[in-house]
Amino acid sequence: MSAPAVPTIDEIQDTFELLGDWEERFGYLIDLGKKLPAMPEEDRVEANRVHGCQASVWLKADLLEDQRLALKAASDAHIVNGLIAIMLSLFDGSTPAEARAIDAKAVVEKLGLSEHLSPTRRNGLWAMIERIKTLTANA
Amino acid sequence: MNAATRQTESSTGFDVDTLRAEFPNLSRHVHGKPLVYLDNAATKHKPQPVIDAIDAFYRSGNSNVHRGMHALSEEATAAFEEARSSCAAFIGAADPREIVFTAGATDALNLVAHSLGGMTLKPGDRVLLTEMEHHSNIVPWQLIAERCGAEVIAAPVTDAGEIDLVAYEGLLDERVKIASMVAVSNTLGTVNPVPEMVRLAKNVGAATVIDATQAATVHPIDVAQIGCDFLTFTGHKLFGPTGVGVLWGRRELLNTMPPYKGGGEMITSVKLTGSTYAEAPMRFEAGTPNIAGAVGLGAAIEWFTRQDRDAMRAHERSLAQHGRERLAEVEGLRVLGESPTKAPIFSFVVDWAHPYDIGPILDRRGIAVRTGHHCTEPLMDRFGVPASVRASCAAYTTHAEIDALIDGLKKAKDMLG
Repeated sequence: MSAPAVPTIDEIQDTFELLGDWEERFGYLIDLGKKLPAMPEEDRVEANRVHGCQASVWLKADLLEDQRLALKAASDAHIVNGLIAIMLSLFDGSTPAEARAIDAKAVVEKLGLSEHLSPTRRNGLWAMIERIKTLTANA
Repeated sequence: MNAATRQTESSTGFDVDTLRAEFPNLSRHVHGKPLVYLDNAATKHKPQPVIDAIDAFYRSGNSNVHRGMHALSEEATAAFEEARSSCAAFIGAADPREIVFTAGATDALNLVAHSLGGMTLKPGDRVLLTEMEHHSNIVPWQLIAERCGAEVIAAPVTDAGEIDLVAYEGLLDERVKIASMVAVSNTLGTVNPVPEMVRLAKNVGAATVIDATQAATVHPIDVAQIGCDFLTFTGHKLFGPTGVGVLWGRRELLNTMPPYKGGGEMITSVKLTGSTYAEAPMRFEAGTPNIAGAVGLGAAIEWFTRQDRDAMRAHERSLAQHGRERLAEVEGLRVLGESPTKAPIFSFVVDWAHPYDIGPILDRRGIAVRTGHHCTEPLMDRFGVPASVRASCAAYTTHAEIDALIDGLKKAKDMLG
């Protein structure tokens, strides 16, 4: 089940389409990031670190009793938290099988995020997606 | 550019607009905005004469050096060796044979670390660095020290971002066999008292290595006056091409050092039972060198030394002053390194966002800065920050560009704060 602070991916997509220029889209990403549910300090440990991004990123996936993923993630950078919110909207609450079937890169392309992200930042995002896929493969 | 800015710049007697006109890239646009290039500590743009020299080499010169008995090879060899002489003259070296062409400063530091370090260091010996070194002046020493059982130590940096000279002297004893130091910090812009540090290191008999990568454009370099044993600089931070740099070393030392790479060009004789090696510089230049790169570097030095460098330095000092004043206007911003004589390189953090948030917002406004640890992680640890934004100027930077940076930062504050 999605955390209430994170809109659904459809809502995010609709908003992105409404927002014309990069500045509004960045503003929206920053906003999404600020509303991200807090990640407990004890989860911000090396084992949960996602490398590949200049900012620090922590990501933790738990499998609940109903066999659905509960994702927690955070970064020390606002824009990265916005990207994390998009990842949560895609993956949080899905079953491992559903998560494995999600083409997150295609969603990122569809949002037009790629053109707003430098190659190094894209690498960080791909690293995040890879980590979720790896975690679900073992789930 | 507004009238007030123009007046400030002309007061230094430096015509920045004429200088900028020599750099084709400076007139381009990014995301529909005029480029404001403030990543000059990473690499500088190239003036037309450098671009022309590289183009001309491939268009009408191109040949391998030091071997062909034909006109093109002789021309290429002459151009290559002329570039070597230009490099020697640029740093006050008496003998062009003391100039080894490398792939850059990193390559040069690896060369001297492995060759000199490998032959010098014994268990218990020390290599003295500083906390403000670039990774390229740390990791090669760690690699060789580990192999030799030696230890790498670093002199502390003060809160102002300067070398603690008392502590530096305190770390120097007979165990220190090599002292390697950066002349101008790529992160802080601090200009280190290198002649004094070399003198102190010499007192305990240590060999001295200077990383003059940033310094090459900041102040004149004279190896005789510094008194060092080795010095390196790289082409692309000196308005020249990437992939070429220089290691200068005292000839008597270079000729006692073992080769670092093997191959063609660096030998006097090769038998399958063993080889004998050529004297420096050929000993260290195995394989076909970056000939076009060396020619481009020679052109860059020729271009740079033709400029009114006193006026350039006055302009850069005015940029350092202007940057310091304007950055102080941005709420919650802390500049790392406040040495009064620093080069116009500004690393800073803000208490309202991560550096990584600021970079793309500035980029969208056409402003190029670097974010991250700038390959100086120990220095970042020293200042207790994981990363910073770095805005670094060159002689072609204008006061108006610094003003654009400040406007961009205020905008970022509105969006992120």
